[in-house]
Amino acid sequence: MAKITLDNLAHSYLPDPKGPQDYALKELDHDWEDGAAYALLGSSGCGKSTLLNIISGLLIPSQGRILFDGVDVTRAPTAERNIAQVFQFPVVYDTMTVRDNLAFPLRNRGRPESYVAERVAEIAAMIGMEHMLDRKARGLTADAKQKISLGRGMVRKDVNALLFDEPLTVIDPHMKWELRTQLKKLHHDFGHTMIYVTHDQTEALTFADKVVVMYDGRVVQIGTPEELFDRPEHTFVGYFIGSPGMNLLPAKIDGRQALVPGGTTALSGSYSGLTGNIQIGVRPEHVRLSRDEGLPVTIRRIEDVGRHRIIRADLMGHDLNIIAPEDQAISSDMTRAVFDPARVNVYADDWRVKAA
Amino acid sequence: MDKTVNHKAWFLVLPVLVLVAFSAVIPLMTVVNYAFQDTFGNNVFFWNGLGWFEDLLHSERMWNALGRQLAFSAIIIAIEIPLGIFVALNMPKRGVWASLVLVLMSLPLLIPWNVVGTIWQIFGRVDIGLLGYTLDAVGIDYNYTQNPIHAWVTVIVMDVWHWTSLVALLAYAGLQSIPDAYYQAAKIDQASRWKVFRYIELPKMAGVLMIAVLLRFMDSFMIYTEPFVVTGGGPGNATTFLSIDLVKMALGQFDLGPAAAFSLMYFLVILLISWVFYTVMTNLDKRGG
Repeated sequence: MAKITLDNLAHSYLPDPKGPQDYALKELDHDWEDGAAYALLGSSGCGKSTLLNIISGLLIPSQGRILFDGVDVTRAPTAERNIAQVFQFPVVYDTMTVRDNLAFPLRNRGRPESYVAERVAEIAAMIGMEHMLDRKARGLTADAKQKISLGRGMVRKDVNALLFDEPLTVIDPHMKWELRTQLKKLHHDFGHTMIYVTHDQTEALTFADKVVVMYDGRVVQIGTPEELFDRPEHTFVGYFIGSPGMNLLPAKIDGRQALVPGGTTALSGSYSGLTGNIQIGVRPEHVRLSRDEGLPVTIRRIEDVGRHRIIRADLMGHDLNIIAPEDQAISSDMTRAVFDPARVNVYADDWRVKAA
Repeated sequence: MDKTVNHKAWFLVLPVLVLVAFSAVIPLMTVVNYAFQDTFGNNVFFWNGLGWFEDLLHSERMWNALGRQLAFSAIIIAIEIPLGIFVALNMPKRGVWASLVLVLMSLPLLIPWNVVGTIWQIFGRVDIGLLGYTLDAVGIDYNYTQNPIHAWVTVIVMDVWHWTSLVALLAYAGLQSIPDAYYQAAKIDQASRWKVFRYIELPKMAGVLMIAVLLRFMDSFMIYTEPFVVTGGGPGNATTFLSIDLVKMALGQFDLGPAAAFSLMYFLVILLISWVFYTVMTNLDKRGG
């Protein structure tokens, strides 16, 4: 296990990148702490797979360094880095038995057969596949294959980090939950550094201690699930995390007041000297419908998702989503929406501004 | 479900029935007819039972031709399959070169068979052929019209030149279907080049390779044109394969009875071997499923 340091790292797939727009991964400094579980979250094409491939050594970055426990491995081949990777589509050696699959990385490294047998038994128990060790890997279900490729990664004791590249994409929904729980337990029991790439926020938030949100080749926020929810540092985080995402409204800020379409709303702090494109963001969970106070809204439709209701409303031509608890009665005279001042964030040019 | 009864539909099928009858069924039945009869001319036939078949099974000439045929098929498959795989492994995976190589590889497949024969017939001549002349010039006494071994080598090299591309293209298609993740996983697992081939590439190519073997077997087992043009079956009978022998018997000597029996047995052998292949392939699939 190791601490992984990214030092001034950036990558472009073009041979001669001109400006920031040519970079698939923009300049980045970050320490992945030893033994932590990270999720790399972002939409397709945001650079998360590029970052993962740089860490695993399948890609050499155009600039910057990558260090494992302080040792520069930027140009070291994959095999020397001692990392394990689980891919989007299960990669198993079809013609081998499950046992041989698990033993493969150890045998390739010339470990004695007694040690191999012992490790394979341990790993098989860990991933719950002892009863099918002698089966051919061909013809197993996708989740069994993913378990094998996970096991193949963990069979090496000295593995520096476990990387997951959207490993649950092809797994049935009910197995996803089980595998994710198992991963979490493995992390808890063995303390590997784990980096988990996904575009599914539920996966990211349930798996990771810390979530790294990427947008357009840039890391926009690194934080605990709670931080991402309460204080999105970038409008993308607000929009991407949460279901539905954060409401964003154009605003003019005047001290502790925000002037938004349809009226004003209170802020928890005072802001001054803001420039650029100013917006306020408030999560649907922190907006409530009211009869007599707040901003005028028109309710377009109500979606009942079971544990709560999502109200799709219109505020002077801007979409506004509101989450109402299941027990709250909604009547037709509720034509106003109130924002919880403590939960309103202010953004200038998409980045969050702290109150003065 | 109720069936619609409409006998007029049969008239629509009639043209194809007539066509098949004239092009396949009647000629084939005529061959079957000849195989069991004999004649002394004047279109008078009498029943000969299994006579021709018995003669054939005791005919050294047929067994020799069959032996040569099997040896030829075995040799070209043993060369073309590994060579085709080797070529496919070294073909560029993408880009302009990939397209260019694909076109170059398909060229031999586009040449008519008798032209292939003619090319090699001239290519190998010691007086005007580049190959024959060069070999002669460096002191190798090469002459495919005199020396049976030279004739064999020429015919085999010709077939390898003509058909390895097919195997290579099939294997290449198999290789292209392997996702990059497999190679990346192999790197992470520190698999050697040989193990990547043995455990990733070969299993993924197994299906297309079976088809390649089957195609090459059937094609080489009925090879006629190329050796006929190059060696005419000679020197002596050295390169007289089954089909050449059959044509000699049927059209050269006009021994229609024995030739008909020969064709039927030829047909049965191909059917038998194809059935074995089919069974093996479906079993492979079942194990895979």
